[in-house]
Amino acid sequence: MNYQTPLARVRGLGSARQGSHDWWMQRVSAIALLPLSLWLAAYLSILPNVTYEQVIRWISLPWNTVLLLSFILLSLYHAMLGLQVVIEDYVHNDWMKLLGTLGIRLVSAFLTLSTVFSVLHIVFLGGHG
Amino acid sequence: MKERPLSPHLQVYRLPLTAWVSITHRATGVFLSLGMILLVVFLLAIAQGSESFGLVHSCLQSLAGRLFLWGWIYSLLFHLCHGFRHLIWDTGHGFERETLNRFAAYEIAASLLLVLMLILLVSI
Repeated sequence: MNYQTPLARVRGLGSARQGSHDWWMQRVSAIALLPLSLWLAAYLSILPNVTYEQVIRWISLPWNTVLLLSFILLSLYHAMLGLQVVIEDYVHNDWMKLLGTLGIRLVSAFLTLSTVFSVLHIVFLGGHG
Repeated sequence: MKERPLSPHLQVYRLPLTAWVSITHRATGVFLSLGMILLVVFLLAIAQGSESFGLVHSCLQSLAGRLFLWGWIYSLLFHLCHGFRHLIWDTGHGFERETLNRFAAYEIAASLLLVLMLILLVSI
């Protein structure tokens, strides 16, 4: 015998009304990444030929600092949403799906923190030695 | 009962260009995500100092490193071109069969053109 009212039984089972948020943010980040990717691709292509001092000086230019941080943070967000969709499509075991999604979110958070710390470290303290 | 091939007979089905482009979009997306880890490692190495920068940079300068870098750059450009196509689709346009095929060819051409421009840029 179930003593729950019909309302109590369905509460929390329906749509959270946020279903389109990830989809929409994937598009928003994609639009921002169009120009940023072209910009970064040009600099990445000459990366094997640059010296340490050149890299430090390049990252320290305010314009580059902001664009580089924008590219990496948006990319990590975009990648997180994209990889989650890939997992949801191909992983059918509920626990594996949960673990995969959780893993991706945690790794993204860690990479985001590493990026912000590294770039600010380079900009404000320069390279040491 | 004998195992029979299921519809749509994927073993004998020749994927159309649009399907290849779609699969490649996903594959490049996953590959780009993995590359992001290396990009962050590179930044950490720069922040750490010239010694660790030199270590990572010499890996990048090796043949394998350069191949990986250019593979990543091309993946980025391809993902960008097909991603642009997705944004057009999101407006609800361009789903006619003829348009689909034509744009798949455009995407490949555009990504190749972009990477050629970069190669040219580096070599001058």
